[in-house]
Amino acid sequence: MRRLLFIIQKEFIQIIGNRAMLPLMTILPIVQLMLLSFAADSEVKNVNITITDLDQSQFSRQLIGQITASDRFTLINAPLAMRISDHDLLAGEADIVLNIPPDFERNFLKGYPAKLQLLVNAINGQAATVGSGYLMSIIRDYNEDIRLETAMGVGRVPSRIEVASANWYNPDLNYKYFMVPGILGELVIILVILLSAMNTVREREIGTIEQINVTPIKSWQFILGKMIPFVFIGMLLLTIGLTAGKVIFDIPMVGSLWVVFGYCLVNLIAVLGIGLLISNLVDTQQQAMLVAFFFVMIFILMSGLFTPIESMPDWAQLLTIPNPVAHFVAVMRKVLLKGSGFADVAWNFRVTAIMALVFNGLAVLSYRKVS
Amino acid sequence: MNGIEVENISKSFGDTLALDALSFKVAQGERFGLLGPDGAGKSTLFKILTTLLLPDAGRATVAGWDIDKDFKEIRRHVGYMPGKFSLYQDLSVSENLNFFATIFGTTIKANYHLIKPIYEQIEPFRDRRAGALSGGMKQKLALCCALIHQPKVLFLDEPTTGVDAVSRDEFWAMLAQLKDAGITILVSTPYMDEAERCERVALLQTGKILALDRPQTIVGNFTEPLWAIRADNYYQLLLDLRKAPFSQRVEVFGEFLHLTARPATTGEEITTYAEHCGHGNILLKPAEATIEDVFLALM
Repeated sequence: MRRLLFIIQKEFIQIIGNRAMLPLMTILPIVQLMLLSFAADSEVKNVNITITDLDQSQFSRQLIGQITASDRFTLINAPLAMRISDHDLLAGEADIVLNIPPDFERNFLKGYPAKLQLLVNAINGQAATVGSGYLMSIIRDYNEDIRLETAMGVGRVPSRIEVASANWYNPDLNYKYFMVPGILGELVIILVILLSAMNTVREREIGTIEQINVTPIKSWQFILGKMIPFVFIGMLLLTIGLTAGKVIFDIPMVGSLWVVFGYCLVNLIAVLGIGLLISNLVDTQQQAMLVAFFFVMIFILMSGLFTPIESMPDWAQLLTIPNPVAHFVAVMRKVLLKGSGFADVAWNFRVTAIMALVFNGLAVLSYRKVS
Repeated sequence: MNGIEVENISKSFGDTLALDALSFKVAQGERFGLLGPDGAGKSTLFKILTTLLLPDAGRATVAGWDIDKDFKEIRRHVGYMPGKFSLYQDLSVSENLNFFATIFGTTIKANYHLIKPIYEQIEPFRDRRAGALSGGMKQKLALCCALIHQPKVLFLDEPTTGVDAVSRDEFWAMLAQLKDAGITILVSTPYMDEAERCERVALLQTGKILALDRPQTIVGNFTEPLWAIRADNYYQLLLDLRKAPFSQRVEVFGEFLHLTARPATTGEEITTYAEHCGHGNILLKPAEATIEDVFLALM
């Protein structure tokens, strides 16, 4: 026990003694948290639109009026030839082109289908879907209005379906509430996995491990002694990150923070197992870096942080089960935004605990004193 | 019981045979030197005896424990100083010492008597980071860390490599003091002049022992006539002597050449030959053999 405490103490002295290290480990992730949370905003606010109105009728002008009244759209051009509006799209200036053909109003009033053409620049898939979605809903509303208007003259008002929607857990659809907890979870894990992956291999590169190996130190003492300081650093970063999230972004904290910290502990142990396993299996810090990055990139991009797991193909969804970042992001969002309790995230706890056992078992087994 | 027993230990890395059926014994409390050039197999032997490497064949015991079966006991009771400085450079002198004492389940206080003469020299720098110490200081700290748990056998892999002459001398003096503590010491060095600091030495070359005895005996067994010679044109003299009919070997030895002549060669014969070759200022004298002469002769 005394031996273990001394190994932990030694690791702490090394971390704190390296004066650049502690600020690097705490300040940099917070800078990232702020930068990413402000930047990774998928809300589409400003859609450039070009409208060719070949009808020049009351209806077409009213429709254009409704579109430009929305603060999401900026009318950048209103040419009178479709050739020119196509050019706007080709030049990448317009995100959406709306073509109103001649006889739009006359067809409508006569009871024929009135047609509109919508051309969307789909290079940016998200802006395209969201933008055309907004536009469609404006057109739909307008359609309702004019149908009612024209029907009133005839006499009978047709009945219509009214939809009232509410956004649960994030009523204002504040994108940052959604992103900050996820990004924070990701940052904590990435930091810890990189630090631990570089750790034992560093001792091997410098040669200190050779001296350590000719001592009565046991594998589990060595691994545990390295792990505990990193758990501490991960917890520290989570605390600082949550505080920053509350102060800067005012993120909601509906659920119990105990569940968040408890889950973080389990997750850190699992991730450290992965890091130390990598460290034991490679020969140089460079190799460790490359292997760690291989996993880190997969963990992040397949974590559901930026793209929902539900929209991934089935095989990719299966791959997210052993992905610690995916679980952490999910738990952070569920507990902080939704107020999920321990029972609601028990599955994440269970899977992560299994990963912790497996990877740490492998890490202890792969630490060999004899070459 | 012997301090170290090695029986037919072999180890190869790929096609390279690093140790070739090596056998020797080191008595308890003996200071035993392994002499040999780089690549002779010294470090491989150390790694095998300190249980860091398994031999391909053969058996060995350290302080009576088998390196295969009793590796745990060996790790508890030996001190090892690897060839490369292997303490934590970012920990201070006292932190390093404390760390190794604790790992071995002891304290600095308990074994202070053992390291006292050495530690006193580095004590003024106890709060300095180990990485910032000079080469000689690093070696002293490493020796303290290897001794702190009162080992039965001490393995020192080239402890004086890269250390200045004064520190080297001090280091050997410290090892001599450890004799009183009854610690068996196996020490390797590439410096031939350090052989006489050991009680017995083994000359190692490409994994084989060329000679094993007390340094004086090894030198005493060298009976061939040995001459030291120099002249104005040092290099030309070397080339000329190597062609001489009476030469067995000519080696560079500081400001003199060491010439091992065939028996019954007279000094006059050599001087005449050199003069004949056109050398001036010839100085010839009989030379005392050193370990290095023996080593070069055996190679």
